[in-house]
Amino acid sequence: MTDLTKMKVAEARDALRAGDVTSVELTEACLGAIDAADALGAFVHKTPEIAMEQAKAADARIKGGEAPSLCGIPMGIKDLFCTRGVPSQAASRILEGFKPEYESTVTGKLFDAGAVMLGKLNMDEFAMGSSNETSCYGNAVNPWRRGNDDTALTPGGSSGGSAAAVAADLCLAATGTDTGGSIRQPAAFTGITGIKPTYGRCSRWGIVAFASSLDQAGPMTKDVRDAAILLQAMCGHDPKDSTSAELAVPDFEAMLTGDIRGKTIGIPREYHMDGMPDEIEALWARGRDMLADAGAKIVDISLPHTKYALPTYYVIAPAEASSNLARYDGVRYGHRARLSQGEGINDMYEKTRAEGFGAEVQRRVMVGTYVLSAGFYDAYYNRARKVRTLIKKDFEDAFASGVDAILTPATPSAAFGLGEMQDADPVQMYLNDVFTVTVNLAGLPGVSVPAGLDKQGLPLGLQLIGRPWEEGDLLNTAYALERAAGFVEKPAKWW
Amino acid sequence: MSIDTDTAARVAKLARIRVEDDQLPALAQEFSNILDFIEQLNEVDVEGVEPMVSVTPMRLKRRQDGVTDGNQQDKILSNAPDAREGFFAVPKVVE
Repeated sequence: MTDLTKMKVAEARDALRAGDVTSVELTEACLGAIDAADALGAFVHKTPEIAMEQAKAADARIKGGEAPSLCGIPMGIKDLFCTRGVPSQAASRILEGFKPEYESTVTGKLFDAGAVMLGKLNMDEFAMGSSNETSCYGNAVNPWRRGNDDTALTPGGSSGGSAAAVAADLCLAATGTDTGGSIRQPAAFTGITGIKPTYGRCSRWGIVAFASSLDQAGPMTKDVRDAAILLQAMCGHDPKDSTSAELAVPDFEAMLTGDIRGKTIGIPREYHMDGMPDEIEALWARGRDMLADAGAKIVDISLPHTKYALPTYYVIAPAEASSNLARYDGVRYGHRARLSQGEGINDMYEKTRAEGFGAEVQRRVMVGTYVLSAGFYDAYYNRARKVRTLIKKDFEDAFASGVDAILTPATPSAAFGLGEMQDADPVQMYLNDVFTVTVNLAGLPGVSVPAGLDKQGLPLGLQLIGRPWEEGDLLNTAYALERAAGFVEKPAKWW
Repeated sequence: MSIDTDTAARVAKLARIRVEDDQLPALAQEFSNILDFIEQLNEVDVEGVEPMVSVTPMRLKRRQDGVTDGNQQDKILSNAPDAREGFFAVPKVVE
């Protein structure tokens, strides 16, 4: 069977339970696909021994008859998650050689459910980027290409390795994290599904922190059903994360009926951006028609502070990052610079951080330091926190007026070429997250669903934004959209 | 707002990141561009608006002030670039 790696999680679960396939077979198939796909730069630390051990244990558990949904499912884990005894370096030089003595809550839950780890996945350094080009491992590459043009394209970022691995069928599913769009934008660029749950749904414990008030983990999968299955296993209260919600996790998969009759879908007028490609507008209009045909009521809504979301994000995220990344000082873990005779502890900090952090991380840490510094705290940081309150209120007003979910494009363009943004201003790169970043600022769940191809043959995604804690309802709307869009295209294998 | 090289140098110092002098003008220019982008926030009327503290309304939970973990010195030190005799080792800080 050569197509084992192409299986979806739900299919593999059923086949495993029926005894039609073993986890060892699935895992071996994935490990083979991974070894043949180094050109994609997706897996940066391969863990075949751990994978085979977990697969054998999963097979024994399945034979015992009481296996959870993820038992025996081979997955990839973003490098941002701390995994015990396995390199976990957030794609940064500063964490070179770091092997955690502990397991993140989310990966711990996945392994308890029987999931198999194939290895760690590439990403932007400390999850700061939208193209996976800031990684210390080098670029991850999108398995999709423009027609017959062999220009290497970005899989998006920061969860670029996760997106490339799932889209190229190197694994059945992967974990991602999303601070400003880092699950949804790469999902859209690679034709897969990705959901960022409500802030507080997934424990952040053991996930390398970027901006703690925005960071959330979530699944990246081949379809909406798989996203529901994975999210179920990843969510839940954790006393070790003080912002983790003490709420029951519903059975998300059971909520996938595809029936959205009577639901109200909002279309925010502020998301019609100047200079947005016609293809994106057309895709968005088609999505609106699909949901209307499925029985939803479509209403135009206003989210008046949308244009201020990116500038707000680029105060708050760097501010939190500058504080979180203060821990990388060359003392407790990771890289320490070599010192010359007579150099002291401040030289050690400054040289270690200059050598260990890449350019974009340094830039954001310094911007964060600036906006938090005496004399600027009120003008920048406090003002941004006030605008954030207004951005959240925009969504609250929309939901209070009866809107169940909001439909937007996932990204302002299809995947671009690696290196194409090299000479652009950093602010140009930030614009990639224009449709996704509002959702993090408001703490809401958001899902990206592949909905079509552009004229160059690249996938495009639509985003649905839901009410807080209503991931089940949101996934059901995404399921209806997925069924209507009927997106089944896969990238042609070149790697 | 335009950032001069002195300010860029001061910020780099505060952030404990070594930036060589010849890199400061480019860094100052990048800061200026990013701050120009951020300055859009000045257009927003924030009179009477509370700055956000928590995105989901929640009270931080309290717990017993007790020891729940510990006795793992070897694990704590296992990733240190320089650990000696059960301690993290750093360059001399006090004369």
